[in-house]
Amino acid sequence: MIRRLLLPLALLAAVPALADDTMPPAPYAYRQLDDPAQEARAQALMETLRCLVCQSQSIADSDAPIAGDMRNQVRLRIMAGEDPEAIRGWLIQRYGDYVSYAPRVTRLTWPLFAAPLGLLAIAALLLRRRFAGARA
Amino acid sequence: MIEPTARAPRWALWLPLALFALFVGLVIVGLVRPASHDIPSRMIGQPLPSFALPAAADGQPGLSNKDFTGKPRLLNIFASWCIPCGVEAPVLAELQRQGVEIDGIAIRDHKDELAGFLARNGNPYARIGADDISAVQLAIGSSGVPESFVVDGKGVIRYQHIGDIRPEQVPMILDKLKEAQQ
Repeated sequence: MIRRLLLPLALLAAVPALADDTMPPAPYAYRQLDDPAQEARAQALMETLRCLVCQSQSIADSDAPIAGDMRNQVRLRIMAGEDPEAIRGWLIQRYGDYVSYAPRVTRLTWPLFAAPLGLLAIAALLLRRRFAGARA
Repeated sequence: MIEPTARAPRWALWLPLALFALFVGLVIVGLVRPASHDIPSRMIGQPLPSFALPAAADGQPGLSNKDFTGKPRLLNIFASWCIPCGVEAPVLAELQRQGVEIDGIAIRDHKDELAGFLARNGNPYARIGADDISAVQLAIGSSGVPESFVVDGKGVIRYQHIGDIRPEQVPMILDKLKEAQQ
């Protein structure tokens, strides 16, 4: 009986190992820019950049330390007058398209953009045949 | 009333089942061989971005991109709070024993905690830079700790290893360093 209780009790006492840093967040990780127009540009960009360690969140949504460091970097660059798309380009240069939620047309992705157009064309063709047939 | 123009062929009856089987197959493949979540750096073949990090440990210099001259070096991205980094430490010590020059970048680390980590696990690093806001980490396309980069004598990134270097991967890393010498 005691033995049966031992494992659950041991599990209760177990403490998860801390695998995160204790550094305070980077200066602009949680602080907005003073200029509201700049902050709006930074926010719009941050919502379309993917967090590297929490892969279904944007860096605007994530509390991971590296996401905070990325927000800090985005805000500092916007403050320095850099174009948001240039910042996105800088990150894509390092992490690939993966890091951006705004899809680009590339050799790999063009079918995604072409397929709906193709389907529309096929639908138009079918409808025309059907309506032409109905009139005849 | 609409006249049925042409009856579907008999085999079409099996189409939904075939689609379902295909779907189940995809799910099984995804479960048995989960996709890799590593994000490879696109900076392989590119020179290190310019950076100069302050010293992370007392009595040891900090790290700048200008330190990567002469022979190829191993750049290890690590942190005292990262558990696999402690597991990797003996492997780095072994690489150092075999003549590899290793530099470290400590990510978001406190000086005292890093000193404790080095005292516990040994210190294979020639230099350690402190990257408190992951700035250099982002600039070289690294997305976690530990990661190791082989950097050649001209300061060009030649190889990225994501995750801790396992003991059986030591010969492979030595090969990459040799390759970078050419």
